[in-house]
Amino acid sequence: MDDLLSDFLTETNESLAELDVALVTLERTPDDAETLSGIFRLVHTIKGTCGFLGLPRLEHVAHAGENVLGKLRDRTLAVTPAIVSLVLAAIDRIKAIVGALAATGVEPPGDDSELIAALNAAAAGEAAPAPRPQPETAAAPEPAPVAAEPPPPPPEAKAPAAEKPAEPAAANAPQAAQTIRVTVDVLEDLMTLVSELVLTRNQLMQLARTQDNSPFTVPLQRLSHITSDLQEGVMKTRMQPIGNAWNKLPRLVRDLSHEMGKKIELTMLGADTELDRQVLEMIKDPLTHMVRNSGDHGLETPAQRRDAGKPETGNIVLNAFHEGGHIILEISDDGRGLPVDRIRAKALASGLATEAELAAMTDGQIERFIFRAGFSTATTVSAVSGRGVGMDVVKTNIEKIGGTIDLKSTPGQGTTFIVKIPLTLAIVSALIVEAAKERFAIPQISVVELVRALRDQGNGAGSAGESLIERINDTPVLRLRNRLLPLVSLAELLKLGVEDTADGAAHIVVAQVGQHMMGIIVDRVFDTEEIVVKPVAPILRHVTMFSGNTILGDGSVIMILDPNGIARGTGAGAGSESKLLQGARIDTQTSADQTAMLLFRAGGSQRMGVPLGLVARLEDIPREKIEFSCGATVTQYRGKLMPLIAIDGGTGSDKPTQPLLVFADGERIMGLMVDEIIDVVDDKLDIELAGSRPGLLGTAVIGGAATDVLDTGYWLTQAWQDWFRNVPRQGASADQKHVLMVDDSDFFRQLMVPILGAAGFRVTAVGSAAEALRLREAGKKFDAIVSDIEMPNMDGLKFARTLRSGGAWADIPLIALTAHDGIEHAEAGRDAGFTDYVAKFEREALVASLRNSLSQLVPA
Amino acid sequence: MTTDILDRPDAAAADEQQVLVTLTVADQLCGVPVLAVRDILGEQTITRIPLAPPEIAGSLNLRGRIVTAIDLRRRLHLPPAPPNQPRMSVVAEQGGELYALLVDQVSEVLSLEAAQFERNPPTLEKTWAAFSTGIYRLDGRLLVVLDVSKLLALAEEG
Repeated sequence: MDDLLSDFLTETNESLAELDVALVTLERTPDDAETLSGIFRLVHTIKGTCGFLGLPRLEHVAHAGENVLGKLRDRTLAVTPAIVSLVLAAIDRIKAIVGALAATGVEPPGDDSELIAALNAAAAGEAAPAPRPQPETAAAPEPAPVAAEPPPPPPEAKAPAAEKPAEPAAANAPQAAQTIRVTVDVLEDLMTLVSELVLTRNQLMQLARTQDNSPFTVPLQRLSHITSDLQEGVMKTRMQPIGNAWNKLPRLVRDLSHEMGKKIELTMLGADTELDRQVLEMIKDPLTHMVRNSGDHGLETPAQRRDAGKPETGNIVLNAFHEGGHIILEISDDGRGLPVDRIRAKALASGLATEAELAAMTDGQIERFIFRAGFSTATTVSAVSGRGVGMDVVKTNIEKIGGTIDLKSTPGQGTTFIVKIPLTLAIVSALIVEAAKERFAIPQISVVELVRALRDQGNGAGSAGESLIERINDTPVLRLRNRLLPLVSLAELLKLGVEDTADGAAHIVVAQVGQHMMGIIVDRVFDTEEIVVKPVAPILRHVTMFSGNTILGDGSVIMILDPNGIARGTGAGAGSESKLLQGARIDTQTSADQTAMLLFRAGGSQRMGVPLGLVARLEDIPREKIEFSCGATVTQYRGKLMPLIAIDGGTGSDKPTQPLLVFADGERIMGLMVDEIIDVVDDKLDIELAGSRPGLLGTAVIGGAATDVLDTGYWLTQAWQDWFRNVPRQGASADQKHVLMVDDSDFFRQLMVPILGAAGFRVTAVGSAAEALRLREAGKKFDAIVSDIEMPNMDGLKFARTLRSGGAWADIPLIALTAHDGIEHAEAGRDAGFTDYVAKFEREALVASLRNSLSQLVPA
Repeated sequence: MTTDILDRPDAAAADEQQVLVTLTVADQLCGVPVLAVRDILGEQTITRIPLAPPEIAGSLNLRGRIVTAIDLRRRLHLPPAPPNQPRMSVVAEQGGELYALLVDQVSEVLSLEAAQFERNPPTLEKTWAAFSTGIYRLDGRLLVVLDVSKLLALAEEG
């Protein structure tokens, strides 16, 4: 019997045991929607899996049963004892078939048409005739006792398997003993016990060492070895490469492509990424669902692909990797993308959202409806998918293990699902180092190499072949293969109170943090050890240098360093080049002036920043105050509901409190959920790399480290689509051009300066038309002006007329920003002398308009 | 004073007796409710935790669990213990985490009558008053009842 089949049997037997209980519960409480959808999902899973294993009998019975359950779930059929009996009969039939399957490895012959007809009749709403039990099932016992681990197949089926080992069933007999499911608690307990054993062993060894010729020496040696083996074994029980969960997929995809008449290529990357066994189990099914969805919904038929100018063969790519203490799993296809319009229509039709709500949503928000229960846009129900149990099950299962799921979809180019699963239980390999007589663990995963270097002594040249730690104004650096590696001393960083021991050699742990390299100076390097990461006590969570702590083999507690935290703590992450760049760049008026930036972490471990002026307040709310309403996260804040937005789309970590950045403007408030607030620094805000992700303006060097600058505008519109109406205005820009921005709202000036800066303009912002005119009198030159319309005293129209009536700025391109996008407003604006008229929240339109106006100005 | 006791809604007034583990910190006799105590430990190897708040002495390994050690002297703003003085630990649990309170000496378990209990004198130093639920009058000595949950509430204080 192949692995797939035996996996299927284990799984199905478990499901069947649950089903018995659930159905009986359902009969008692017919209105329990949760039980009902639970039953439906279980049957759906059985059906789905056996479809791929080529088990037609099972599939047909399950399919018919599922139809009935679907009707029950949709409330088109009432739950009656007759129907429950019928479903139970179907379950019994499935059990009988599964039992025979376990015994012989093939589906037993038999006729289920009567049962299926009865089920179909029930589904069609006809009175359900009780099906005559088939002889085969007649002997099936009452619902299997749930306590038994794999629920026993009918004894009938089992008995022959045991008695007639000559049958093909013989192959099956040892199989049953091969795997056994054990709860992680048991493994945890074992782990703790083993750690204890190791400690005791070490103590004994210590004692034995003091005695010569002790008769205990030899048995102790053996004890020691066995203990080590045991420890290793227990550790191993919990980790598995993710590839194990992928075994089924190539075949699934192959069958799928046959069934659907599509050409599909499956690529699997990072199959050796190890993750906790339990986590692995939990993601298996969601993964299968998602791959199936990608093949079924995502990819087009070869003909459609050809028409779209794509290669006929569609690709599904699975990619698994570690990132910042999490495992990221990406499932992407290059198909047609999610049909936003259909999702919108479906959401409306099924009452999940009103038209007004939908209108206020971004495509991204609408796409996320597919994670709702009962949501499927497939117009026909196929054997493959389309019953709407797909993505909500996936989401539920992933959230059960503390993970998050998100998606990216580009019409015509494909969809990517990003699953992020925590690693809390994981065992990692760590390098044990010593600094100032204290030991620390550094996760091996971020260690690139180890370098031995001499500490700088009076700047004397190092002897040939020896690396030398050099100092630039006290900042240690190391020349490493023609690159300058920034260094941090662990002892100094952690304030261990001891100067670097001045003599002798140091060891440098070269670590990779994101895109950057950094060297950590330590005194000694010991061994690598497999360690179990344990979270630090809550009172220490604010010490970001540590990602956890652990107990070493000798029983001592040591702290695990977090290279990301170290990079943040020192600003070493940014590397030297960007600092030089920063110095070279000169006077970018306002946008290069010192801006107070609030630094925080969100969406994993990224360092992000936002101008402090934009943030109304910082809050830390207890997690239980976070509520869900209409699919949105909200909290009650000062007597109002405040929408909460998470940068990574999830609902944040499991910490007891949730730090929030509160943005407020007039009546509107929103909270942005972040992982942690780091600091406030004054620095120039120079966006070096334009952002490619929505929600980020780009990357800037702030406080010496690469920092993603938040696009506040994006997140505001996530919370309030119409945020930018009835709000004040902004100012000017230039493309190394110099733009003057006139807007009476601090908020918008703060918002627009970085945005225009990111688009390559130099920006000066002023708060009123009068101030702008003073600049004109002062003889300042600008390439363009962006002005608000509604301002106190002199409004935008009057401002424009004043400018156009003469003076130094009479010919400058003048762009109006407004929350009103009516044509008459635009007319009024043009009449007053505005070159262009842009809606306030259309930042791209503004940038485009500026570029356009400026290029007209410069003769080609 | 009797009225004081009766006024107290919580603690001793309700129960006839309170069972305390007595301990000494800088020569002051203190007590913690026996039910709050999970373990009493002798001297332990404690790993220092860099950058941690000063009250945190470090962490130690208690049968495979990591326990955060809090120096009670520092917590109560008392002078640090003389070097080399052996310290004992009282282990308590809060929010699923184990904490060890480092004290100079753990002595005995006492069962005390409610009649001997008094609330904190108003003049008691603030740092003590914040962590104490009241005082027992013993023969010749006073015993300060410590509120373990407040002692461990370091995180909330930031």
